[in-house]
Amino acid sequence: MVAHLLRLKLTLLRNGLRRSPWQLVGMAIAGLYALGVVATLVIALVLLRGAGPVTAHTAVVLGGSAAVLGWGVVPVVASATDMTLDPARFTTFAIPMKQMLAGLALGGLIGIPGLATALVALSTVATWSRGVLPALAALLGACLGVMTCVVLAKTVTTATASLAASRRFKDISAIAFMVPLVLLGPIVAGVGRGISASTGFLPEFTRSLSWTPLGAPWALGGDIASGRPAEAGVKLLLSVVVLGALAWCWKLLLERALVTPPYAGAGKRRGGKLGLFGVLPATPAGAVMARSLTYWLRDPRYSGSLVVIPLLPVVLAFQGTQTGSYGSLAFLAPLAAFILAWSISADVSYDNTAFALHLATGVRGVADRLGRALACLTFALPVVLVFSLGYAAFTGNWTALPGQLGLSLGILFTGLGLSSVVSARYTVIVPLPGDSPFKKPPGNVGQTMAVQFVGMLVLIVLVLPEGALLVANAVTGNILFGWLTLAAGVVLGLVLFLAGVRLGGKWLDARGPELLAQVTVNR
Amino acid sequence: MTAPTPDQAPNPGPTAALSLRGLAKRFGRKIAVDGISLEVPAGSFFGIVGPNGAGKTTTLSMATGLLRPDFGTAVVHGVDVWQHPLEAKRLMGILPDGVRLFDRLSGEQLITYAGLLRGMDKAVVAARVGELLAAMDLTQDAGTLVVDYSAGMTKKIALASALIHAPRLLVLDEPFEAVDPVSAANIRSILDRYVASGGTVIVSSHVMDLVQRMCDHVAVVARGRLLAAGTVDEVRNGMSLEDRFVQLVGGHSHTEGLEWLRTF
Repeated sequence: MVAHLLRLKLTLLRNGLRRSPWQLVGMAIAGLYALGVVATLVIALVLLRGAGPVTAHTAVVLGGSAAVLGWGVVPVVASATDMTLDPARFTTFAIPMKQMLAGLALGGLIGIPGLATALVALSTVATWSRGVLPALAALLGACLGVMTCVVLAKTVTTATASLAASRRFKDISAIAFMVPLVLLGPIVAGVGRGISASTGFLPEFTRSLSWTPLGAPWALGGDIASGRPAEAGVKLLLSVVVLGALAWCWKLLLERALVTPPYAGAGKRRGGKLGLFGVLPATPAGAVMARSLTYWLRDPRYSGSLVVIPLLPVVLAFQGTQTGSYGSLAFLAPLAAFILAWSISADVSYDNTAFALHLATGVRGVADRLGRALACLTFALPVVLVFSLGYAAFTGNWTALPGQLGLSLGILFTGLGLSSVVSARYTVIVPLPGDSPFKKPPGNVGQTMAVQFVGMLVLIVLVLPEGALLVANAVTGNILFGWLTLAAGVVLGLVLFLAGVRLGGKWLDARGPELLAQVTVNR
Repeated sequence: MTAPTPDQAPNPGPTAALSLRGLAKRFGRKIAVDGISLEVPAGSFFGIVGPNGAGKTTTLSMATGLLRPDFGTAVVHGVDVWQHPLEAKRLMGILPDGVRLFDRLSGEQLITYAGLLRGMDKAVVAARVGELLAAMDLTQDAGTLVVDYSAGMTKKIALASALIHAPRLLVLDEPFEAVDPVSAANIRSILDRYVASGGTVIVSSHVMDLVQRMCDHVAVVARGRLLAAGTVDEVRNGMSLEDRFVQLVGGHSHTEGLEWLRTF
């Protein structure tokens, strides 16, 4: 039975790869990456054999604890859990609970994260091969540790399965996950500095950690090697009890999950609230604008990129505190303008086949383009204005404001015009509607990269006038050039905006069915 | 029973709601639709039946302006769909199969959106949205996001979006899939009344029973070709439509495999 479950998992994995060569490429890249990380860690652990027992102990316990924590947290937040052996799919089969648990737990080890964790954990045996007893203790600890990882992940995902099936939870967790990702640089740097500031901190921290379920199994080898068999015994007992308790919780949760499938339905809501559709003008363009704005708020694929915007100044300001010069903050407004304007360059790809409604209703291309661009502009314009004014207030250099504003507005208007053209003609690979914003389906990677790259090049060429005037302003210090930049940004930008909307609309009218056929490939 | 071939296709008269002539589409090396010519008389309730992968959806997509044909023409009430797409689309209400909806809108918002996209007046849209929601039995869920709808509710809201502009021709691809019997009966009575007042309905389905009871005309499509077309009585030729269909399309095929299921 256990063997059947494992074989099923392997078959599912193999068939998944057979579906598309790109998936194989993706898997190969992920595999190579994991192999690199695993090789580095294994070599490091083997080399640690020659290091002092305190150093080795600290490294092993910290790394092991991080692994357990990761297995517990990532599946929930990333909502990218490997659900190939989703217990809910076995509800109709009468599988004995014990064998089911064993099969699912071992199945959890198959796959890149499981194998990597197991390999790295087993190489701690090499670290502690300073005698027979420490090596055996490390082996026991590694097995316990890996099992704890897998069972913890299973317990947590089973516990949150009904929660994770609700769309609202998926949406919110996907957006929440964006925040630490954007702030990753500052967080890593901050933690690194904190650690290097106090050298005695880590061994101390390790000692406390090794008494918690996170670190206990990983401390066995080190404790024996350093001659603390009593501590090792207690920690062994702790690890076994924790693993047993987790498995018991998992069994209870699974038994419950098997008879109560996740209920994803939201409560009924009566109508009467048209939202933005009641506010904006009742024209085709107005309707498209209302629909786009609703999506910016409700679809995590859009709102995820909105979350990035307020974090931009944080990241740039942090860079300033590191280097001591806040010059990079000057890029804040133009960068935000670029990100927001370019964000609608894949709008039709984001619609996916829902775009068929636009085609079926015969809405004119210009109305479609204008609605989408105006929707983005309604919040992008205030953001760019606030960022430009904020920068001027921060530096106290108000004479630089017209130039800054000119370039930023130029990028915003020109970029929206260009995006309107690009999304009317080319489709790119984007996460599917309802999927996590981090989950890109396999597809035509080449075209995606080409569209992005060439599009940005064209944008740079189109805003060259504003850029040149801004440089003239900076070099001569003559504020006239600053005002000229502002004029160019607004006038030239708006001209290109309208030209882009018209050209994009024309292309959309001519090639709507072809565009729908392109997005149909990627559903 | 008639089995028109491309070269002897009937002339599109003024009574034809939809007239297809020699429609063909190839995807890579697979020929999905291989020259289909079809006359749908105005005021008829027309069923298109065929096995899975017969080319029903592809044909209807080409007839409604969603998929550009490689060959052939489609004319709706005298307007060429591919020469004058905007005029043709004004005459048609389309329920495509297998496409997503803008499902982060509430049901009410989605129908309103479909109406406004067609440039309809706000007050008219608001009035019709209320009536459509009531007719589809969705009033209680009007404010729920479409993404949280069940499959049947999703089908019904898509159908409502296709009806809002009172089209002369309705093209519905698998309209009853996953729809509960009560709602299906409601929808059928809506469609019957629509046909009685002069509208034309084209439905595709592979539920023969339903087509035999509901439609007055039927076309049988298989492997991208039209096998038979005409009134239901002409086509079924004294048999039940299901038996006649199996006879036209070809026998059963036996399913092998799935041995691993028995190892539990």
